[in-house]
Amino acid sequence: MRGRLWKLALYLFVIGFILNLMGIVGNVLVSAFAKRWFGKPLPPAFTTDWFVFAWKNFDLGQVLGVTLFVALAAVVLALLVGTPAAYVLARRQFRGKALLLLLYFLPLLIPQMTYGIPLATTLYRFGLGGSLTGVVLAVLVPMVPLAVFVLMPFFEQIGIHLEWSAAVLGATRFQIFRRILFPLLVPGLLTAGILILVNTISNFELAFLLSGGGSQTLVVALFYNVFAGGVRPVYSIDAMAVIYMAMVMALLLIALRFVRPTQMVFRIEGGGR
Amino acid sequence: MRRGVLGERSEFDGLALVCLLPSLFYVLALFVYPFLYGIYLSLHPLKLAGFSLANYATFFMDPYQYGTVWITFRLAIPNAVVVSAVALWLAYGMRRGIWLERTITTVLILPISLGVILLSEGILGFYGANGWLNQALLATGIVAEPLELTHNYIGVILSLFMQQFPFCFLMLLGYISGIDPSLEGSARTLGATPWIVFRRVMLPLIAPGLAIAFALVFVMSFAVFPSALMLGQPSGATRSIAIAAYQQAFEQYDMSYASAIAVIMGLCQLAALVAIVLIRGRLASGATIGIGKR
Repeated sequence: MRGRLWKLALYLFVIGFILNLMGIVGNVLVSAFAKRWFGKPLPPAFTTDWFVFAWKNFDLGQVLGVTLFVALAAVVLALLVGTPAAYVLARRQFRGKALLLLLYFLPLLIPQMTYGIPLATTLYRFGLGGSLTGVVLAVLVPMVPLAVFVLMPFFEQIGIHLEWSAAVLGATRFQIFRRILFPLLVPGLLTAGILILVNTISNFELAFLLSGGGSQTLVVALFYNVFAGGVRPVYSIDAMAVIYMAMVMALLLIALRFVRPTQMVFRIEGGGR
Repeated sequence: MRRGVLGERSEFDGLALVCLLPSLFYVLALFVYPFLYGIYLSLHPLKLAGFSLANYATFFMDPYQYGTVWITFRLAIPNAVVVSAVALWLAYGMRRGIWLERTITTVLILPISLGVILLSEGILGFYGANGWLNQALLATGIVAEPLELTHNYIGVILSLFMQQFPFCFLMLLGYISGIDPSLEGSARTLGATPWIVFRRVMLPLIAPGLAIAFALVFVMSFAVFPSALMLGQPSGATRSIAIAAYQQAFEQYDMSYASAIAVIMGLCQLAALVAIVLIRGRLASGATIGIGKR
């Protein structure tokens, strides 16, 4: 009997949490399509005008361009830098490996605000603050280790015998990589790529600290508009939020085809907001 | 030939070096170097020549600045306690798997993936004076006046909970479902009540994982920044230490003082981590039976 009640309480809590979450997301969604909405369960009339308004007034074309550029640059660079490191860390045993893994784990563990300020200071000193390059370099700091840690198990799954066989048959190192490892690694690269994409698009702290006039990503622009408050109609800000949400949700749906939810947490958060 | 730690031949050769170098260079140049540079900078104040602790002295003399440490602890500790307690309760209850588990865990990763800004904007609307929650509470007559849940301490706590609860829960669920179920079965067979099983058998096994989850939630909450700005009172009750550091860096343009505040923030997080790891060591000593995460 008490066990039943206990189970019931669990379900009630989960339902309550999900209802609150739906309320939070639904509020943004309804508000973005509302003509005017005040103190009623639903707005009296709906419109899509706020999307047009947001697109024009918040320069969304440019902001989306920056966001996509930063995200794609982060994916390509993190994979390029992270893949060889993941290969060595998965295949070789050497002195200091545990220390190296710890070093790579720290940017995922330490909150971005803690190292963001010294990082921004450093990049500003080299004249990269406020530039697109600066934003890409900053968001890459946690993404390179993420690429390494996501790819390591994928390399471990590929039997080393395949490499040996190819080498015996006279394949060069490059041929082994191109013809054996790379095709087997494609699922890993996809998984890592999508996780990096979702993470970069929703990364606020580092992008915020480094962004300037022309280098704001979508989340950063969203933050400035919410924080400016009052000046802009809340519906237009919510329209912008819906565009952002649509982007993240689409990527998330793709991501979930490749990874289990619990993996997302270990890999996404590590530290981070 | 060099010998590795385990007595095996070290497999570190030219290829390994070439493969590791780009990422190692990246982490050293953009993570380790900035940290060291930040510490160096914090010890060389803007207005003084040479080495000085003036920035730290200024921070701890000014109540408006050192008060942020207290404010941040006041946000981070209650949040970490509530998040890990609720997550433990839920994860323990779900350790045998429940109906719709996959759907529930999928829904739970939404707030993590959507990010803090979108969540905060939604919280502003949903929990606001004219939001759905207050409408429902007023309509059912539970309250006479709308509850003030945003632009104060509660707003920031709500946002922190929404972001970190799913993270902590999924972590603990993974940890608890990795514990051998036969231990619990044995205890039950020997006549232990469910509470005794939890208190004497399961909790000691969960404690090391719980300590790590608590530490991570605490460290993340201690760096609270955007939600403290958007949902709190950024010049008053929720002026967290990250806000103080940001203001020095980007409003006063005093990078040296900002670095000092960032160092103090990092030290507070480190101190809490060390404390928790020490407690964890004590907890784990009697309880490790060699069963942990899957």
